[in-house]
Amino acid sequence: MKKILNTTLAALAAMTISFNASASAGSVHLDSANTDISDQGSLQNGAKLFMNYCSGCHSISFMRYNRIGKDLNISDADVEKNLMFNGEKIGDNVVSSLSDAGAVNWFGTTPPDLSLVSRSKGVDWIYTYLHGFYKDESRIFGVNNHVLENASMPDVLWKLKQERSTEEFDQDVRDITNFLDYVGEPAKLVRVDLGYKVLGFLFILFVLSYLLKKEYWKDVKYGKWRAKD
Amino acid sequence: MDNNKNWIDQRFPLTKVWNEHLAEYYTPRNFNFWYFFGSLAILVLVMQIVTGIFLTMHFKPDAANAFASVEYIMRDVDWGWLIRYLHSTGASAFFVVIYLHMYRGLLYGSYKAPRELIWILGMVLYIALMAEAFMGYVLPWGQMSYWGAQVIISLFGSVPVIGPDLLIWILGDYAVGDPALNRFFSLHVIALPLILVILVFLHIVALHTVGSNNPDGVEIKKNKDANGIPKDGIPFHPYYSVKDIVGVVVFLMIFSAIVFFSPAMNGYFLEHANFVEANPLKTPDHIAPLWYLTPFYSVLRAIPPLFGSQFPGVVGMFAALLILIALPWLDRSKVKSIRYRSMPYKIALAIFVVSFIILGYLGMQPVTPVNAFLARVFTIAYFGFFILMPWFTSIGKTKPVPERTTEH
Amino acid sequence: MSEQEIDLKKRRFLTGATSVVGAVGVGFVAWPFVSSWMPSARAKAAGAPVDVDITKLETGQLVRVLWRKKPVWIFKRDNTTVTNLSTLNGELTDPNSDETSQQPEYTKNIHRSINPDVAVIVGVCTHLGCSPTYRPEIGAADLGGDSWKGGFYCPCHGSKFDLAGRVYAGVPAPTNLVIPPYHFVTDSLIRIGIDPKA
Repeated sequence: MKKILNTTLAALAAMTISFNASASAGSVHLDSANTDISDQGSLQNGAKLFMNYCSGCHSISFMRYNRIGKDLNISDADVEKNLMFNGEKIGDNVVSSLSDAGAVNWFGTTPPDLSLVSRSKGVDWIYTYLHGFYKDESRIFGVNNHVLENASMPDVLWKLKQERSTEEFDQDVRDITNFLDYVGEPAKLVRVDLGYKVLGFLFILFVLSYLLKKEYWKDVKYGKWRAKD
Repeated sequence: MDNNKNWIDQRFPLTKVWNEHLAEYYTPRNFNFWYFFGSLAILVLVMQIVTGIFLTMHFKPDAANAFASVEYIMRDVDWGWLIRYLHSTGASAFFVVIYLHMYRGLLYGSYKAPRELIWILGMVLYIALMAEAFMGYVLPWGQMSYWGAQVIISLFGSVPVIGPDLLIWILGDYAVGDPALNRFFSLHVIALPLILVILVFLHIVALHTVGSNNPDGVEIKKNKDANGIPKDGIPFHPYYSVKDIVGVVVFLMIFSAIVFFSPAMNGYFLEHANFVEANPLKTPDHIAPLWYLTPFYSVLRAIPPLFGSQFPGVVGMFAALLILIALPWLDRSKVKSIRYRSMPYKIALAIFVVSFIILGYLGMQPVTPVNAFLARVFTIAYFGFFILMPWFTSIGKTKPVPERTTEH
Repeated sequence: MSEQEIDLKKRRFLTGATSVVGAVGVGFVAWPFVSSWMPSARAKAAGAPVDVDITKLETGQLVRVLWRKKPVWIFKRDNTTVTNLSTLNGELTDPNSDETSQQPEYTKNIHRSINPDVAVIVGVCTHLGCSPTYRPEIGAADLGGDSWKGGFYCPCHGSKFDLAGRVYAGVPAPTNLVIPPYHFVTDSLIRIGIDPKA
């Protein structure tokens, strides 16, 4: 029994390690975003930056304003004051005010919804992408991107980049990335903690059921089970 | 209490069933680690049915709404994320358990006479489970759902003569779309689960008719005591019921660790590209089915087209599945358990397992000349195991099988 | 330990302990499934407070709005109607709105409203959930003639309510109609779903 348990644990550990090796495909080198979803301050700052710099064009339409407030510990009043700009209701989904037709005129395409970008592309991709703009006069917005060649997106953070020091700007980008990681899977905020509790509970059940099994199997070991009637 | 029991027993064989299948169902005493997976498979089946019922309450089987309804479950429904992760992780866990369960059959010759029918029912179950899993994967309507469905369904189009019409009939449209999603939903939540449950019932009825095999491959019914009870048998309940509970709890610990700490398993259980809604205009860079289907997907890709038709590959893929059914008659050895098998069999089994795993790995990888070559080599090895089995199971020296089970 | 007696006490204890802990576990597992039936965030957002502008509402006129998927009536009563209300007390089941679950504390009065002239009532019959019809005409022959001072009549099973939503005695509906939480944002704007600030 012990041997089996050890083997299983070792196998699981090995699996996790190999699965954790970078999964994001693509030939571009991605910097590590190094985000921490349990850092509430970072998420709050990320939410503020996202709403100010990104949400004009990009929706996160699977997310509701009041859910962000609840999860990030921001009161509904503060959410309305700092994160909502177009007279939405607190329970509404975060949808950009840009119309599809306007978007196609401006950018030649509709800016993608970013609800799940952290799950499809990964946080490192977002972090590197936001850092990846470079001057390219041949593009309509005068910039191009290392990570997503010919992206039809202006470098919306250029002003922020000038105002802040390099470290501060890195942290800002990290916060936006962190916020998008949260937006990709809001349940992530609770599931890990809950997981430890579930495992703790199962461990107690394991000890009890193992002792129970051992107790009953004494019969088999000492050949007594036939005598039960 | 006793009166109630009598009342029921006069109308329904409750005590009889309890005794025949649990309290007086005699099971070999020497089951090891590999014998946990049958009961675990039932556990996972029940779990998939329960979580599935609850997901169905919120899911919209409609190409316009399906993707958003899954995210609705993940965000707006109280605890929806947990129910969904239990279901998605459960799908992969089901195959982990089933593959280990099948491997146990190979290790100890559990498919050999008199258990051929259990094996056949099990194989039909396995194929039905694959169909169930495939259709379930289409439902979230992400890019992988869509394009995976497109690729797999296209296989039917390669059937000679009737292929193109068959394809359109399956889809109810000219490409994968709303009709396909809707019928897959129906099959996934009603037809196939019903079939699975019936097959599991038959699988267990057949098992309880002949009794379980064991790691020694000894028939315990050959040695009975004065009361007609096998000397190496113990009642399933309480001995194996308490033992299986331990197995269940250990399984749940591993399962929970995945659900709570890494539900997407970095793309192995929930693929990254499936977090993008289905888009008929844009194929993802790399399409691969989920890991449990990839060995057969590899076989499909390994077999070259004939006269420009993919059909040989399709035949090969289904042959790779169906040939497993013939196993009881391909195996000529007089010995069941790996413990007493001849060396040629042990080597062949090792090659087979390695081939299966490598084919599974290659099925997840993009096609390159090297990968294509390897896939062909291991496809040959895969089929070789079955085709050569009558030969290598009749050569070599087997060890003498004991009269009684060896662990005391 | 080659031969030992079966320790029945230990066996019973372990069986009991494992069963209890296992049952607790099943309870924990059941909880997410049970709560998944509660209104989702979407349903809650759709059930958010509703604003009604009553600037143009005339006396005797009734408007219906949907709040939490239920019809809510807003109608204006004249002084006579409000005065008449107390004359009906003898014919009613609960004239003083003593059933606390049927209205917020601030509408427990004879006219069952914040302002006497503006009534806000959930238009769902307390019998089996039909929506009663508005019958303001005094002395309607089919509703008892002269004694009918205007009110609501439920077509499903004939329950009758007065213009404050109070139920008549001897009809199937057991209680008065429900008054939702609401307050006046301005004199002419009602927000249904939120209590007035204390």
